[in-house]
Amino acid sequence: MARVVVDVMLKSEILDPQGKAVERAADRLGYSTIASVRQGKRFELQIDGPVDDAALASIRELAESLLANTVIEDFTVRVEDN
Amino acid sequence: MSIDTTAQASATPDAQQPWSELGLKADEYARIKVILGRRPTSAELAMYSVMWSEHCSYKSSKVHLRQFGDKAPKTDALLVGMGENAGVVDVGDGYAVTFKVESHNHPSYVEPYQGAATGIGGIVRDILTMGARPVAVMDPLRFGPADAQDTQRVLPGIVAGIGGYGNCLGLPNIGGEVVFDQSYLGNPLVNALCVGVMKHEDILLATASGTGNLVVLFGAKTGGDGIGGVSVLASETFDADGPAKRPSVQVGDPFTEKVLIECCLEIFAEDIIVGIQDLGGAGISCATSELASNGDGGMHVILDAVPLRDATLSPEEILMSESQERMCAILEPTNLDRFMEICAKWDVDAVVIGTVNSSGRLTIEWQGEQIVDVPPRTVAHEGPVYNRPFSKPASQDALAANSAASLARPTSADEFVETVLTLVGSPNLADKSWITSQYDRYVLGNTASATPEDAGMVRIDDSTSRGVAISTDCNARFTMLNPYLGAQLALSEAYRNVAATGARPLAVTNCLNFGSPEDPSVMWQFSEAVTGLADACLTLGVPVTGGNVSFYNQTGETAILPTPVVGVLGVIEDVHTHLSHGLPADGLTLIVLGETKAEFDGSEWAHVVHAHLGGQPPQPDLEAERQLAEVLISAATDGMVSAAHDLSDGGLAQAVVEMCLRGNRGATLTLSGDAFTGLWSESVARAVVAVTPEQSAGLLALAQHHGVPAAVVGTSGGSSFVVNAPDVTFSIEVDTLREVHTATLPALFDH
Amino acid sequence: MSPRVGVVTFPGSLDDRDAQRAIRLAGAEPVALWHGTTDLSKVDAVVLPGGFSYGDYLRAGAIARFAPIMASIIDAANDGMPVFGICNGFQVLCESHLLPGALTRNDHLHFICRDQKLRIENTTSAFTSGFNTNQEIVIPLKNGEGSYIADERTLDELEATGRIIARYIDGNPNGSRRDIAGITNEAGNVVGLMPHPEHAVEAGFGPSLDGLTFFTSVLSRLVNA
Repeated sequence: MARVVVDVMLKSEILDPQGKAVERAADRLGYSTIASVRQGKRFELQIDGPVDDAALASIRELAESLLANTVIEDFTVRVEDN
Repeated sequence: MSIDTTAQASATPDAQQPWSELGLKADEYARIKVILGRRPTSAELAMYSVMWSEHCSYKSSKVHLRQFGDKAPKTDALLVGMGENAGVVDVGDGYAVTFKVESHNHPSYVEPYQGAATGIGGIVRDILTMGARPVAVMDPLRFGPADAQDTQRVLPGIVAGIGGYGNCLGLPNIGGEVVFDQSYLGNPLVNALCVGVMKHEDILLATASGTGNLVVLFGAKTGGDGIGGVSVLASETFDADGPAKRPSVQVGDPFTEKVLIECCLEIFAEDIIVGIQDLGGAGISCATSELASNGDGGMHVILDAVPLRDATLSPEEILMSESQERMCAILEPTNLDRFMEICAKWDVDAVVIGTVNSSGRLTIEWQGEQIVDVPPRTVAHEGPVYNRPFSKPASQDALAANSAASLARPTSADEFVETVLTLVGSPNLADKSWITSQYDRYVLGNTASATPEDAGMVRIDDSTSRGVAISTDCNARFTMLNPYLGAQLALSEAYRNVAATGARPLAVTNCLNFGSPEDPSVMWQFSEAVTGLADACLTLGVPVTGGNVSFYNQTGETAILPTPVVGVLGVIEDVHTHLSHGLPADGLTLIVLGETKAEFDGSEWAHVVHAHLGGQPPQPDLEAERQLAEVLISAATDGMVSAAHDLSDGGLAQAVVEMCLRGNRGATLTLSGDAFTGLWSESVARAVVAVTPEQSAGLLALAQHHGVPAAVVGTSGGSSFVVNAPDVTFSIEVDTLREVHTATLPALFDH
Repeated sequence: MSPRVGVVTFPGSLDDRDAQRAIRLAGAEPVALWHGTTDLSKVDAVVLPGGFSYGDYLRAGAIARFAPIMASIIDAANDGMPVFGICNGFQVLCESHLLPGALTRNDHLHFICRDQKLRIENTTSAFTSGFNTNQEIVIPLKNGEGSYIADERTLDELEATGRIIARYIDGNPNGSRRDIAGITNEAGNVVGLMPHPEHAVEAGFGPSLDGLTFFTSVLSRLVNA
């Protein structure tokens, strides 16, 4: 079975307080070279059948309507071999 | 991999088994072999190991806890007593209320968010299991010093977990405690209380009766959560290296529990089940053995039927799993279809896993082979009973002699002001909004009173004005100085807090948090505390309806302060008459009810200003508490006071400052005796009330009628807290007090 | 015959019974609507209540917005039916695009419950017509994902067309842009509000009775329709 990964991130202009909190925590732990952190979501989708163009188009639709809120989030779709 | 069947066990009596790794002692393993007439199968070993653990079997505490039954006061209000999932009391008008407090200490140290979240989940299911709709939660919490590194690690996660789970369930958090003390560093205490309401006829018990009835497991799928949690985590102390036992912690899903609650309530309303049990510590092992043990005595379970989240689990692991949000119901076959329909509506998984029979045995099969054949009572109720040795520690007498009476006290006005501000801003007495504003207090629309008021209070439902009030309290420093009196003082404070809102105390629950029972000093503390509490409950006429014991709260050799948290539930006929402590107007007369003596040992002042713990705690006076309660209850019912507040930690000074801050106005105290005693003594059975000039005579007469001393101490008004005493006069602006009071926790925990 | 106001229950809805109580106290008939049906039971208005529908999993309101009942509600809203989304309900309305913008995690990352002061700035919407312009009220706020955001163009448009129905005053509790506590659509029949008016309708159980006016507003609109 093939796996498709959808990564969802807040759009760059949206405030990311969770990312900021992680950034501050990393700094407190001594990781002073980390300039910034943004936090997102990763969806791993196991697909029955081949991951062809049709399948990918369908997943993009799913990402657009459900997995991401396109008002505030962007997403990328890629195929991973198990 | 071959299955360890009962036949196999009979045939291989000398097979090596990991009874020690599973937490059993040699004599316990030997006893299992006597019970079964052979060695246990590995599945049976797993069941006995979890069910005979300290947390599940109460083996070290049973001999002491029986005092709650032996000394139980006679009362008609008790509908279900100890021994069930939770106690149930009659609150009038055909309504019954069930409540209980439990601990989830060790998991919260290991994984603060999930440990605390699943603590809430577990206690809510215990209440649901009685047939009630859960309606409120409370959280008594104890941490190491507020500025300690590990407190920074655990506190935010614990608070977020309680809020995250409780808010998502839709249960208002109406109170609790937050206490910081060195002795809880490395052993935070997370106790969780839940209250539920129902009509008398709705009460359900955990009984499997009726040969041929079905055993149905419903709720979340079973995974590898918390395997061995009870035996491994709660029954042994941590070693000094800290939280390495991560895989044993359960993970909760409050959404699943919310739909489970709604699903159960619909099932209850249709009266289609015979018995029900929730799956908490020890999961399926516990539910099946307890249901079988309480009922007709026999049950057969097909373990393969259990829906799994993780298909690689062995049968032993399935039996020990502590996956959350699962319940087990017993029902007649004719009701199965309707039961399944309701579950389907709420998208709750449900499957028949067994049947009730009259064999007197609990048998479990896996892949067609018998892996368990035990007498259920020996698993669930006839666990080991220990008579652990106990003896007063050598240091106790010296501790008792080391009074705070001679510690340096403030004398000048500046020193008094500094002392007030230091105490008001100290972590234990400071404003707790940083924590409590993370909890929903409004959901369900029935909250009449919530923290920081003396007791949380909810209306039963919106068809009545009747309500219940609850407070949880414990002063562990007092208990360290004298465990017998300390437990009585905890009951006294909770009883007084309930009465201070105008409700009549009815019943008691308790969460007894102690160190290792293998330490005779700890065991002495425990036995003294239980005896003290049982004696006091009898005197005050309020029975213990159930509770929880948490042992092994220690790291290495150092135990926590003995912390018997006592919860008192009371009833009020009309929630609209309840009392609160904010001063509502200027020109009110302030009256102290009760007798003030020079008692400072174990006080907040001794602790905060001098880091001192020694001497004897304030002397309890249960009859005085009872009479004070009568005054406060009548005062509420008849509208005789405009505000009321109990006196406890921090004495009169703290109480009046809190009344000023909540009412947003000042007050002037005129004390006849020395200011220090008047302000910071922590004598029992006292409250301060605010009355209008018209109310004053009536209140004083009422107090006199009940033999409660009453002294006018001041008036409300102005914008400062002013104290006039023969030996000192000082004044602090309310704005300054507010700044100091509200700055402490945000400074520590906002990042 | 009093108007019928539906209250939807999604799996995980919490303040649905409280919304029903508020409707009853306002003088209308509350009607329980199940998320799984498309039947609106001939109600005259709909309330999407507060809570954690689907546990707030994925994003708050993101799964609920695809419930069968929502298809009927979206149609009805486009036809002018008054629809009130409170807290989680507001989140569902934004996810369904009946309202612009989105609700995100509170900027301080904590759940917050407090009595919140608001200024009512729009008194023509279906649920705020009973207030005076710039009236200040106090109702409970309780959320973890209450920060309203939208792009500058949308925010400017909301301001210019008077579609911000309520703003936080005396402190912004969650980082909402422009202190927005609630908005309405162009037609003024769909309203989203983060704080909880249904918890300020009964003496002794909330900080005020200010919440009742949201419900009496729609009632008078329906009665006079």
